Amino acid sequence: MPKSTKNILYNQLIIGSLLVFFAIYNLVLYKNGSFVKKQVLSETAIMGQQIWQDNNCTACHQFYGLGGYLGPDLTNVISDTTKGEIYIRNIINAGVKAMPKYHFSEQEINQLIAYFKAIDQTGYFPNRKVKESNYGWVDVVLKDSIR
Amino acid sequence: MNKYAIYFLVLALISLFISGLVGVLSSFQYIYPNLLKESLHFAKLRPIHVVSSVSWIILAATGIIYFFLSTHTKTKLFSGKLAGFHFYLFLAIGLSIYLSILFGKIGGREFFVFAPLLIIPILLGWLLFAFNYFKSVRQKIVNWPVYYWMWGTGIAFMVFHLSEAHLWLIPSFRENYIRDLVIQWKSVGSFVGSWNQLVYGISIYLMTKIKGDKKLAHGKLVFFFYFLGLANLMFGWAHHTYIIPTQSWVRIVAYVISMTEWVILFHIIYSFIKSLPREKRKANSMAFRFLVAADIWVFLNLILALLMSIPAINYFTHGTHITVAHTMGTMIGINSMILLAAIGYIISVSQPLFQIRKRVIFAYKLLNASLFLFLITFVVAGIARSKWMYANQGASFGEMQTSLHAVYVGMVITGLLVFVGLLILIVEAIQTLVTFVNKS
Repeated sequence: MPKSTKNILYNQLIIGSLLVFFAIYNLVLYKNGSFVKKQVLSETAIMGQQIWQDNNCTACHQFYGLGGYLGPDLTNVISDTTKGEIYIRNIINAGVKAMPKYHFSEQEINQLIAYFKAIDQTGYFPNRKVKESNYGWVDVVLKDSIR
Repeated sequence: MNKYAIYFLVLALISLFISGLVGVLSSFQYIYPNLLKESLHFAKLRPIHVVSSVSWIILAATGIIYFFLSTHTKTKLFSGKLAGFHFYLFLAIGLSIYLSILFGKIGGREFFVFAPLLIIPILLGWLLFAFNYFKSVRQKIVNWPVYYWMWGTGIAFMVFHLSEAHLWLIPSFRENYIRDLVIQWKSVGSFVGSWNQLVYGISIYLMTKIKGDKKLAHGKLVFFFYFLGLANLMFGWAHHTYIIPTQSWVRIVAYVISMTEWVILFHIIYSFIKSLPREKRKANSMAFRFLVAADIWVFLNLILALLMSIPAINYFTHGTHITVAHTMGTMIGINSMILLAAIGYIISVSQPLFQIRKRVIFAYKLLNASLFLFLITFVVAGIARSKWMYANQGASFGEMQTSLHAVYVGMVITGLLVFVGLLILIVEAIQTLVTFVNKS
């Protein structure tokens, strides 16, 4: 067999193997089995999520440290003893600092709070309770609600 | 030569201009929070900046690949008309994306902020590109050079990950928050990996052409690099999500894979620069300069990326501006330098009498020096934010932001200088490309 044909077969074999691994990997990932205990958003929370997305809140805010950096992370804002639900209700339409003045209705605010509450149940960020181990690894401490 | 290849490049350069302009405008909101806050607030400006930056890379890579397919490789572009349809389709999509953001009809997801319906024509455009590309490169080519593999991989995975990024539209998928978040960031990470395949493929193509050595695209090492990049694209995304409560195996796979990234690319470009005769460096002066810059940025970003891929360090850098430093360093320092090198190469081979003006050299130096300082401001802001997150002595978020005012002023000034450098290059490149199209 010529060397070039051998090389092509060799390359195709590697790509084929990677693609098979990738397909299995994705199938496992898309199934709930690869995640911690399933967290289902309520209908109200999903409406809150839609309001969050419609207003592109992620441009400034974060969940789990993912999003923009102009505003604070809101993963645990609802259970934060210095903030909480009342704080959110007061600040959301106030237009503080760079945040524009929104005009959310009472119902919309309730939906957003349901969304924040659902996210708060899924874990911590910043997670100050991690366990560092050898080889640079970090074990994330889970909330009791998702174990 | 296919004129639509040049049209893609001009459109890409216009996107880069919009990205820089809006980036500077939005950065001012860090130091003047009330600036335009009721009309063009950050939630509108940032997605325009992000979409324009991504468009610059994708449109430029597409234009360069069309140009090389139609002009410089052994192949003949399968259909010039299809490339034209692709161009006008992407132009219409681009305008629709800007309108959807300005009128608030958005999807509100990182990177994919536009109205979700627009993903249908976007996928159509990529499928057309895939059809045209594979039809072109299948002609007479027996032993594909690595860049053909990389471009094909980039296009195919782009289709897959753009679709994956919209799985949230399925209600049952969306209701599991952690899964939704993880898959969202998986698709974003691999979307970036897909365009990296296009851009890194271009860099290898350029090196073979400048050096006149085909072996550069056929060696074992270069294919090893390709497979490594492919493995990173598939499995290396999870450093975005180390801190999210997923199962450990997902994170372990990502940790192992991402540790290998970029080492080989650095080696390939470095070996190329070292071995290139002086006369060839001079003949491809601008392309060569940008490739040297890309190599230095690969080296600098490599250090940051490797550190950030270690979970114990990622723990402190995640959710801070250090992530932005890494993103900006990659997008401007590596991807943009390679694409500008390719545009410089296209100009030099299309117009052999073209003389590089002094202001282009000035812009090149200004861009690289100010980018370095720009990234330093992000690292400083990131360290301060991390300190506030993990060693907070009761200061509020607002107080932390106020304490960083001087750093943000530095970020705005250096960002402005980056934009000035880019602007000079954009104007020069557009003028030259338009003249070239008019003449031919």
